[in-house]
Amino acid sequence: MTETTAATPKKKNSGFSLGHLLLEGRAFLALIAIIAVFSYYSPNYFTVSNFLIMSSQVAIYGILSIGMLLVILNGGIDLSVGSILALAGVCAGAMMQGITLDAAGVILYPPVWAVVVLTLCVGAAVGALNGVLIAIFKVPPFVATLGVMYVARGVALLMTNGLTYNNLRGKAEFGNTGFSWLGFNRLWGIPISVIVLATVAILAGLMLSRSAFGRWLYASGGNERAAELSGVPVRRVKIVVYTLSGMLSAVAGLVLASQLTSAGPTAGTTYELTAIAAVVIGGAALTGGRGNVRGTMLGAFVIGFLSAGLVIVGVSSYWQTVFTGAVIVLAVLMNSLQYGRGGRKS
Amino acid sequence: MTPENAPPATEPNAREVVLAARNVAKSYGSVHALKGVNFDIHRGQVTTLFGENGAGKSTLMKILSGVIQPSTGEIILDGQPVSFANANDARDRGISIIHQELSLAPNMSVRDNIFMGREIIGATGVDFAEEERQVRRLLTELEEDIDPLTPVEELRLGQQQIVEIARALSVDSRILIMDEPTSALSASEVEVLFKVIRDLTAKGVSIVYISHHLEEALTITDHAVVLRDGNMTAYAPRAEIDLEWIVRNMVGENYDLGSPPDSDQGEVALSIRNLSVPDPAGFKLVDRLSLDVRAGEIVCIYGLMGAGRTELLETCAGRLRASAGEIVLEGREVSSLSIAERIARGLALVPEDRQRDGLVQTMSVGQNLSLASIARFTKGFITQRGAEKRLIADTIREVTVKTSGGSAAIGSLSGGNQQKVVIGKILATRPRVIMLDEPSRGIDIGAKAEVFRLLAEGARQGLAVLYSTSEVSECLSIAHRIIVMHKGRITAEFDSTVTKEQIMAASGESVAA
Repeated sequence: MTETTAATPKKKNSGFSLGHLLLEGRAFLALIAIIAVFSYYSPNYFTVSNFLIMSSQVAIYGILSIGMLLVILNGGIDLSVGSILALAGVCAGAMMQGITLDAAGVILYPPVWAVVVLTLCVGAAVGALNGVLIAIFKVPPFVATLGVMYVARGVALLMTNGLTYNNLRGKAEFGNTGFSWLGFNRLWGIPISVIVLATVAILAGLMLSRSAFGRWLYASGGNERAAELSGVPVRRVKIVVYTLSGMLSAVAGLVLASQLTSAGPTAGTTYELTAIAAVVIGGAALTGGRGNVRGTMLGAFVIGFLSAGLVIVGVSSYWQTVFTGAVIVLAVLMNSLQYGRGGRKS
Repeated sequence: MTPENAPPATEPNAREVVLAARNVAKSYGSVHALKGVNFDIHRGQVTTLFGENGAGKSTLMKILSGVIQPSTGEIILDGQPVSFANANDARDRGISIIHQELSLAPNMSVRDNIFMGREIIGATGVDFAEEERQVRRLLTELEEDIDPLTPVEELRLGQQQIVEIARALSVDSRILIMDEPTSALSASEVEVLFKVIRDLTAKGVSIVYISHHLEEALTITDHAVVLRDGNMTAYAPRAEIDLEWIVRNMVGENYDLGSPPDSDQGEVALSIRNLSVPDPAGFKLVDRLSLDVRAGEIVCIYGLMGAGRTELLETCAGRLRASAGEIVLEGREVSSLSIAERIARGLALVPEDRQRDGLVQTMSVGQNLSLASIARFTKGFITQRGAEKRLIADTIREVTVKTSGGSAAIGSLSGGNQQKVVIGKILATRPRVIMLDEPSRGIDIGAKAEVFRLLAEGARQGLAVLYSTSEVSECLSIAHRIIVMHKGRITAEFDSTVTKEQIMAASGESVAA
């Protein structure tokens, strides 16, 4: 109130923009801080090889959180991503073991590319189920994806009877080798999983910023009624968004199964929460309509680099949980500060 | 400004004034909702506030009931200046308000709603029996046969309004403010309400009454106050006024919103045939209504709240489903099409509530403007930025939005400019028929004139325009034809030479007093 109108607009403006900058770039600054602190404590942290290892771990969360970002931008939530990840891994594992066709009396060994395509289809189908439940049958997203989370996990357990597929390498005589390429190989020295993450991120970023679909997504997340009256096919947008989230979960499931060369039905438990945390740390609003891929990527790296750093420094894993929780709450606090300010301004 | 604008306090023989406003003004940023109003409420009398939408009636009532604080000026209660901290503070001093929008919890019972926030506490928690007894007494007084344990959501809108009134009566107020209490009531319920009002005034309770239903209000009021654009334009006791006086002061003499453009009227662009729209309870919101609008023609639908205007327009736009009838756009039936398909064919709606249905607050001005037409300049996957920028710049210029540019936040615009963004968004889809539901709601008179100028310009270029309004002065502006709607039906049709009194007379039921 003291510096309302006269004389000081310039000063006020610059003060605001510095604070604004800190607030806007908070995820980036947090990442820098994390790297600086851990590099100080451990000589092994700030090395190219460590960054590449950490990044390939982040890739799993990163891919999941991009799907989660799309859903959250739409004003929803997807709790089923961790289960879809496990289901996708188990499906891929089952196909790698060979599909027994009793009627024909043969065992089919599909080539790896077919395994990948079919697994992505499974993920997309489960995602589409979420979308249809939410968009057509008006089940609240939280409930619909909670239910699908249980069902997908249960199906994965049933398929393997609770066991894990351990051998995903394939056999040369069946012509289905190469599954571990996703998890182990490098292109120009960069792990394939990181390249997959980067590709997904760039495509999603382009879709959000440059395609009509992206605009529809932001609009229906910001104000569904207004979007609908403007001719946005809000139901179709919803179904597509959950389908994409399911498909990206399957991508993450493939990458994880490939990294471990095994696929278990309990993989990815609570990953959905990590993905939500990454999106929130990245500045997206859980009410929908605000957020972007850049922020979400930063969020995923903040979480990944923080937990990896704590391991390297040798902090108890119980403390990791505490730290991660604190970071999430802090991020949401900053979000409400930012959007609260945005609302009061004008 | 006019001789009638003498401060009421100087009037001789005024009965005892219980509550008075002195030079009360209220601004929201650069918008002046009230510009220094003087206003008296007399003990045991009914004072009615007249004024069009946006004249400042509701703002004044919110100030008197403590919901908001005035920017300047003072409130005088029993001769002492007071300031209310909040609505509860005002209620404790005997002032209660019945809001136009119902503020009931639909999932809770009538009894719980009436005692919400001030439950009667007995020895073993809430004394439900005592509450129920009091509610029964109140409802008997109001001659309404409602069981106190019925959930509010199971009641008709009119009955809900009665519950709201019962709640206000239950606190033994000295001053009772009623903002459009009759808008959802049937004629017999209105009579009961008026009887209750007379009982209350006989007991010394003062009533402040707001209604768009002028004749109805005239039967009950003792004093009339007229507001226009945040100013008090007239004040007089009942004996000295009539309908014509109210309308003249409400609307003003030199109130020019343009005249019907001399456009060439072509083929019938939109034809509505025997359209019926049901509400969830099966009651007809629109009742076998037929209407044609020609290319280049501007048609105005006038009606009070609840006449079915919004439902008619939303059904044409595709948000609501009709139970019977046809909607024909340029010779083709469109009833089965989605909203998007109707927009693509050239039939689009500018909704009534621009915050809720018109704008996406999280997006910029430009993104809002291009939202409805973005598919047009998307080639394959990627939108063409150049084409979008051109469209945004053209639309901002065309509809004269005052903004720093397409990337400005939508919240930084004034109400009038926000409305122009919504209209611009629809115009950018190049419609053949544009429907506007209360396009002037909550915008100032300058912006109003600009919106109407835009519509007239559109009609000159062959656009068919159908707009609704609850303000008579807006019927007598650019419209070639004026349709009066009441309870889902067309009750009268006029050309542009009609008078305000004729329109008002056709719009509502007359209440036998």
